[in-house]
Amino acid sequence: MSVSLPHALSVWWRNASMYRRTWKANILPNFFEPVFYLAAIGIGVGAYIQEMGGTSYVRFLAPGLICVAAMNGASFEVTYNVFVRLTWEKTYDAMLTAPIEPDDVLLGEVLWALTRAGIYGGAFFIVVAAFGYAPLPRALLALPAIPLAGLLFASLGIAFSLRVTKIDFLSFYFTLFLTPLFLFSDVFFPIKERLSGPWLVVAEVLPLLHPVRAARAAFNGTLGWQTLWDVVYVLVVSAALLALARRTIRRRLTA
Amino acid sequence: MQPAGESVIRARGVTKRFGARVAVRDLDLDVPAGVCFGLLGPNGAGKTTALRMIYGVTRPTAGTIEVFGIDVANDPRAVRARLGVTLQENVQIEALSPRDNLRIFARHHLLPRSRREARVEELLDFLELRSHADVPVVALSGGYRRRLAIAMSLIHDPELLVLDEPTTGLDPAVRLALWARVRELRARGRSVLLTTHYMDEAERLCDRVLILCEGRAICEGAPRALIAERLAREALEIDATPAEEAHLLAGEPWQRLRSGGRLVVYGDSVAPLVARLRAQDGGDGRPVIVRPTNLEDLFLAATGTSLEGGA
Repeated sequence: MSVSLPHALSVWWRNASMYRRTWKANILPNFFEPVFYLAAIGIGVGAYIQEMGGTSYVRFLAPGLICVAAMNGASFEVTYNVFVRLTWEKTYDAMLTAPIEPDDVLLGEVLWALTRAGIYGGAFFIVVAAFGYAPLPRALLALPAIPLAGLLFASLGIAFSLRVTKIDFLSFYFTLFLTPLFLFSDVFFPIKERLSGPWLVVAEVLPLLHPVRAARAAFNGTLGWQTLWDVVYVLVVSAALLALARRTIRRRLTA
Repeated sequence: MQPAGESVIRARGVTKRFGARVAVRDLDLDVPAGVCFGLLGPNGAGKTTALRMIYGVTRPTAGTIEVFGIDVANDPRAVRARLGVTLQENVQIEALSPRDNLRIFARHHLLPRSRREARVEELLDFLELRSHADVPVVALSGGYRRRLAIAMSLIHDPELLVLDEPTTGLDPAVRLALWARVRELRARGRSVLLTTHYMDEAERLCDRVLILCEGRAICEGAPRALIAERLAREALEIDATPAEEAHLLAGEPWQRLRSGGRLVVYGDSVAPLVARLRAQDGGDGRPVIVRPTNLEDLFLAATGTSLEGGA
């Protein structure tokens, strides 16, 4: 059973067709959340903070929030939408009456999550640049962090949601995992200045730190070996999670 | 297109176990090309499991299935490219219209644009959806949604259409219209495999039927021939307790079947029995139904209750 890109793209296309009708309603929560953080915390709280990580607070926030926007763009798609399609709507059962295999469904959904991550991360980048918080042109090197964050969180989200049996568990993913991650991954404060030894190890294992650190390195012009390690982390962890997701989706769709 | 006389589906010794439960047991199946073939049985008989194995989304625990001469286990994509399946539930994008749903589903079959558009228009006519072609599915009745579901299964003009309980929950007018569409497909040389628990649907639509009960094939053949093999031509239905039955039919060698409080008696001509019952029941005016023997009777005979009296 190998994957077929054209069939995966038909799965992608289905999502795109549905999104075209509802994008205005969709864009509000996922997009404006980081914008509000940037404004309220970056500018509001930032007025009380002299500097952080060598720049103003709002400039410190910018690269992290771009990754958070990409993370949000991917996450909702691969959790709630996949769960509902799999469990209630039987969308994938209907697709499998065509020459589509579970691997195509997985690839199509991940590609769509990546697209959403790109839209939200990209839109946020434009906002950040428009307000002058992105030192161009070197900040453009942060753009690859968007698909990297998207891939990582698409893989994480789908590996998780394919395994849950009750929709309630999905809210745990957001409240018990993504939210703490968001707070402790170098987005709001430099973790190496505030966390002690063992906690730094924990933070290194957690996913969001890596795209954030890579984006920040691009903004600061300090790309280096650590950035390479961050990229490798994303690719290796995503591959492992997708392999797990693939086993799960094959089991659930083709008993 | 499969040449007439060849089997579109050939299954041998197919068994499917889910843990300890055996859903399908040692099933042999031969569906010839160009016919309407019915899989009948109550809920839980294994019909949907059998269908899923035929189009390759469920792997048999044992046995082989060939569709269009292709081993389903080896190349399910090739099989699905040539058949269409209408699932029990209507799976559609509710916010979009039938036309858009058809277009999106056509892409799953990788149909090129011109063929896609042509097929969409053909199917809107064939399933009589044109009047509602651009109405969001959420606003459509069950009958229209079912037609759309069937249209979606036909988007790539498959040689074989598989229908899982096609008319369950639909009103009589829509049922008749769908039956007409199935007959037309068959007239155009397509094969149809359907599952149903409606005996009248099986009898009116299917050229051949296979009765499944608890995963096992009970009997297979043309409906009227199957009935004639086991039961006499006419049936008389009457509500009677076993005690009443013993009194009313004492000494009569008629074939009988009991289903709860209902007794059915079979004979080539039951008119004499009606007269006898009227004489016996002492002016009770007990309601009596005289009708042709049907697949319902065959099913009860084969699975539910034992045959009493003469064979």
